[in-house]
Amino acid sequence: MFALFRIYNSRSCYLGRGEGQRQYIRDQYFPCRRCNLPGVYALTLQIEDLYAEIGGKAVLRGVNIELKRGEVLALMGPNGSGKTTLANAVAGSPSVIVKRGKIVVDGEDITGLPPEERSLRGILLLFQQPPEIPGVKLSTLMIAAYNKRRGSYTDLLKVTDPSLFSKMRSSLYAAGLNEDFLFRDLNVGFSGGERKRLELAQAMILGSKYLLMDEPDSGLDVEGLKAVGSFIEDARKEGRGILLITHYTRLFSAVRPDRIAILFGGKVVVEGGLEVAERVEKEGYSWLEGLEAKRVEG
Amino acid sequence: MKVEGKAELLDTISSSSEAAAFSPRYEKAIEIRGKVDRSLVEEISREKREPEWMLRLRLKALESYNKLPAPNWLSGIDELDLDELIHYLKPDAALARSWDDIPEGIRRVYESLKLPEAEKRVLAGISFQFESETVYLGVKRMLEEKKVIMVPMEEAVIRYPDMVKQYFSKVFPYAEHKFAALHTALWSGGVFVYVPKGVRIPQPIEAFFFMASALEGQFEHTLLIADEGSELQFIEGCSAPMYKRYSFHDGMVEIYAHKGSKVKFVTLQNWSGNVINFNNKRAVAEGGAYVEWLEGSVGSKVTYVYPSTILKGNDSSTSIYTITISNGKKLKDTGAKVIAIGKNARAKLVSKSISANGGKNVYRGLVRINKGAMNAVVASSCDSLILDGSSSSYTYPHNQVEEDTASITHEARTGRISEEQLFYMRSRGLSEGEAKSLMVLGFMEDVLIDVPFEMASVLNSVVQLEFSKLGGMG
Repeated sequence: MFALFRIYNSRSCYLGRGEGQRQYIRDQYFPCRRCNLPGVYALTLQIEDLYAEIGGKAVLRGVNIELKRGEVLALMGPNGSGKTTLANAVAGSPSVIVKRGKIVVDGEDITGLPPEERSLRGILLLFQQPPEIPGVKLSTLMIAAYNKRRGSYTDLLKVTDPSLFSKMRSSLYAAGLNEDFLFRDLNVGFSGGERKRLELAQAMILGSKYLLMDEPDSGLDVEGLKAVGSFIEDARKEGRGILLITHYTRLFSAVRPDRIAILFGGKVVVEGGLEVAERVEKEGYSWLEGLEAKRVEG
Repeated sequence: MKVEGKAELLDTISSSSEAAAFSPRYEKAIEIRGKVDRSLVEEISREKREPEWMLRLRLKALESYNKLPAPNWLSGIDELDLDELIHYLKPDAALARSWDDIPEGIRRVYESLKLPEAEKRVLAGISFQFESETVYLGVKRMLEEKKVIMVPMEEAVIRYPDMVKQYFSKVFPYAEHKFAALHTALWSGGVFVYVPKGVRIPQPIEAFFFMASALEGQFEHTLLIADEGSELQFIEGCSAPMYKRYSFHDGMVEIYAHKGSKVKFVTLQNWSGNVINFNNKRAVAEGGAYVEWLEGSVGSKVTYVYPSTILKGNDSSTSIYTITISNGKKLKDTGAKVIAIGKNARAKLVSKSISANGGKNVYRGLVRINKGAMNAVVASSCDSLILDGSSSSYTYPHNQVEEDTASITHEARTGRISEEQLFYMRSRGLSEGEAKSLMVLGFMEDVLIDVPFEMASVLNSVVQLEFSKLGGMG
């Protein structure tokens, strides 16, 4: 069972989109000051019995995952098991059609919401293969995204908070990039590693509550892995929930996941600690086939 | 020719959609409608108390109009029935020199366009055409001191007949095609500007055209003459409210740039979505003169416009920028033409088009290098951005080169916005419309660097407005 938190919301409505300052006081009951809803919500991202397909092909077949704030859940699984589809489904990609089940963020069902509304509710997807976007610079996108998160703006591209630029710079440096990347067209001509670092920098700038990191370690050098590891560690301390999709355990030396779930044939078939990852490392995924059959029988 | 950067200047044009929201109420003085024939042309001429020579010109143009076939490349104007249009509509308002003298209904249009403030702050002169007539003309004393002439076209015909005869319908002969002939037969309104030798006007002159009625034809004629070594920047804005039926616009701009002069002509066309817009624009550049066209085409249902420069003198040059946005079931058939006659002619043609929601953009370019036009250099580039599967873009560049020494380059690129790119930006919290507008702005960026600051900022807000409404503002 997950813990229920009672929430005292000091600045903005808990269900609102602002990422403003909030206080959570455990086991006390306060209604939200603005909307007067009783403040009992689970601070989790819940994926309940999710069925989804891409281009008419069923990919997810009843996924159940629960991710708490301040928790790192590593999601592993063979190619084609639906890991990226799951991340895309949660972020609201139009190419993924959800057939059944729901996605609940902090007590709110977001299954029918468009991707931007999910993003504003604290879901951030770090892409496995970020696309090139000619003409749009990182700084432009971040200013717009920041303004949207603040909720009120007159001009989408107007810098309302001067500290935003220093935040963007420091985040780029922390991700191992220099500040030239602020003014270059997004991902245009970037190497695979640079794209991954840029995703990381965006996660630092936007500071979302739940991060869906789709293979943040692929294409990265040792330094890059360290940066990813320390970012995840920090994010966990800050109380964010992290869904870490990866193929390899090499990242686990830098950051130790709290739980490991294995997606196989569109379902989570095993959940456990590091020992699960170790077995995958040694034996691959073949041992799961029997497991899945067993579940189906059961 | 730098104009001090003032964003509010072209605010007038971006706010035109607000003005277009209401249809103004005003008194009509004269309304001439019906079949385009000799008696109709004579009636217009009589109302304007024109000299005999202008009436003769109109009648000759009418003859051409009747003889010329409709251009076979036109599409999208099936509903156009010239015989049901009001060809001349004079509001009951004498030409005013002060805003207070304009009738209330018309003044409200004005104010909603923010024209009075713009005039006060950044313009050297302004004219405002309402339906068929210029109802307001404001000229700063600075212009009068420098002996710059800026008057409504009708007044120029009467007061400066020699000059008008010399240029009117000479830069753009009426016999060239059916709609040019129609324009010349029915023209009404527009501005005449003459800049004397060596005079530089630091601030731009603006002309604003407003069509307030459905089934109306507007045929304004603008004639700019820049004498030797002078400089002029002219801004043209267009707007109209939305009606159930269409309106027809068939205007003409003629520019004569004498030796060593510089003329910049900026248009931001934001007609409402049921205007059929035909525009005839041509300039002649004498030795060493420079002509710049900037055509921002946002509104209207169908637009045909091809700013053209004839590089007549040696070392003359031109830049033609066209920025077109076809958002929704609209057609923009635009382009640029350059004809080099003198030696060492230089031309730069830049086209940027954006098609969205079923919009269609067509670019037609003509580069003609005559025999004897040695060492001409023409660079043209044509970029299109297509936002979705229902929209399209076509490019038809055409070169006619009779001179071996010419260097002509043409680049064309087409980009599409993919579902994946949109999802990426939306996953950061932007609506679909916002994501598109950022990509469109980025696409236009390299041409926005070249255009006047005010124009850039207006296009900026127009793009944000156009595309944000698609996805709904968050």
